[in-house]
Amino acid sequence: MAIIAADSVKPASRSPTWTRIKDALRRHPTAILGAVVLALLILMAVLAPHLGTVDPQAISPIRRLRRPSESYWFGTDMLGRDVYSRVVYGARVSLAVGLTVAVLATLIGLAIGLVTGFVRWLDGILMRVMDGLMSIPGVLLAIALMALTKASLENVILAITVTEVPRVVRLIRSLVLTLREQPYVDAAVAAGTRTPAILIRHILPNTIAPLLVQGTYICASAMLTEAILSFLGAGTPPNIPSWGNIMAEGRSLFQIANYLIFFPGIFLSLAVLSVNLLGDGLRDALDPRLARNM
Amino acid sequence: MLGYVIRRLLATIPVIGMVAFFVFSLLYLTPGDPAAVIAGDIATNEDIERIRQKLGLDQPFLTRFGTWAWAVLHGDLGISIFTNLPVTQLIGQRVGPTLSLALCTLFVAVAISVPLGVFAAWKAGRLVDRLVMLFSVLGFSMPVFVLAYMLIYLFAIELDWLPVQGYTPLREGLWAWLRHLILPSIALGTIYIALIARITRATMLEILAQDYVRTAHAKGLAPNAVLMRHALKNAAVPIVTVIGIGVALLISGVVVTESVFAIPGIGRLTVDAILRRDYPIIQGVILLFSAVYVLVNLLVDLSYKLFDPRIQY
Repeated sequence: MAIIAADSVKPASRSPTWTRIKDALRRHPTAILGAVVLALLILMAVLAPHLGTVDPQAISPIRRLRRPSESYWFGTDMLGRDVYSRVVYGARVSLAVGLTVAVLATLIGLAIGLVTGFVRWLDGILMRVMDGLMSIPGVLLAIALMALTKASLENVILAITVTEVPRVVRLIRSLVLTLREQPYVDAAVAAGTRTPAILIRHILPNTIAPLLVQGTYICASAMLTEAILSFLGAGTPPNIPSWGNIMAEGRSLFQIANYLIFFPGIFLSLAVLSVNLLGDGLRDALDPRLARNM
Repeated sequence: MLGYVIRRLLATIPVIGMVAFFVFSLLYLTPGDPAAVIAGDIATNEDIERIRQKLGLDQPFLTRFGTWAWAVLHGDLGISIFTNLPVTQLIGQRVGPTLSLALCTLFVAVAISVPLGVFAAWKAGRLVDRLVMLFSVLGFSMPVFVLAYMLIYLFAIELDWLPVQGYTPLREGLWAWLRHLILPSIALGTIYIALIARITRATMLEILAQDYVRTAHAKGLAPNAVLMRHALKNAAVPIVTVIGIGVALLISGVVVTESVFAIPGIGRLTVDAILRRDYPIIQGVILLFSAVYVLVNLLVDLSYKLFDPRIQY
């Protein structure tokens, strides 16, 4: 340990956050693995039309339920659609949901968290609302929201975002409450800096690292929730090939065509795993307080 | 102590009230006409009007919330749109399987995860530790239904040791009951095991670095005695806390697991309700599960004193 500690003491560079990320990635080969796999999956999603796929929605009743073979790598489903193409295109939905929810939830959570941390009279009300939201198990809350709205990708993203925001608010609020007691914030107040400027210049930069870590975990959990919602029939509409939808349609055929569940299932697990590995590496790098033993 | 219990119990009332208010007002907050969404695409205007009246959507918001909350306080969760049966009755019929599954999973998860975490901490940095950590990340990353289908494929279809799906009540025999619950409990428990093992390991590592542990080793205590009596005992509070928090995972997982294994419990009821957009059922289930979650975590808080007499209320 001592050697590593001595090693990581380096002259301050322009961006300490970025240096710490690079250091940690070097120390955590699994985090690099996660980043590489994630990059490949993103590449797969972007290049979906050029990876030997056919139209993922093309129905062909003659070729129903073909087992995986040379011409149909992952087989075909009960409507004769090519499962390989559907899985490759499915990456778009999963990754889009994961990334969008992560960005939305951290931004909204950041905004509410800053308000609760600085506008004290709103704190009580907003935190009670967050407590209430947090005591509803996430998937159930998303289910309730989806049951009342039309099935669409936007609504899935919004429903999952609502379940993730309270945790971000909690995190930011506790950070702000600690930070606002810091001497340099006192100094800024004494110097006559106005509150918005204090927030932007002194509080915000300190929230970036924990938010980045939290964001990766939110991304992973959002991808899982999307799949669960679709699997239960309360998620992405069936005309969009998402991993959850492919598996939902394969459910009743599991005993004769288990590849309908296994291929999308493996890709989904791989995607979530890569994000989680990346998140663990980031946490070790950016949040030494929490990271030590996890 | 008693004063503290009462204060904590009272403090859960606003939280549950918040949940109730939220679950209720969702009907009004969501964009579009909820009655039309619930009725579905092929509904006639009369259908929509009937649902609107049934849900009381034609009345003012606060009046309707008051009536509803008053009924909930009297144990009435409303009437299912699809079956026309009281929601409490529908839930009541299905408590048994869900409770069986949840308790089985809880037992499996705690029995596996705590020793696993202790062992990993004891062998920190060694291969066993790495494997436990790897398992833990994998457990977090695999959706419960994918794992469930893999278990079904291996143990029910290929090896034919256990039933593919279904449920038998306990009164028809212990083994018949248990063998239907083994695969679901493992599938549902995996993410829970990953979570508890991780926290157990982290807490144990912290405690094993303490001076009194070194003293215990130095005075010649057997490693087992040090681990169990000195270390694990002091790790109990964080472990119990995470078991409580993890109940949320368990509840979310129950819904999925029950529908994969065709277990006729509350989770299954929820899924059927989603497909029929039977909102009163969804509302009732969420309220019930959230209350259970809040109460479990209250019990966890109260149990700290059992594990650590130093804690004063």
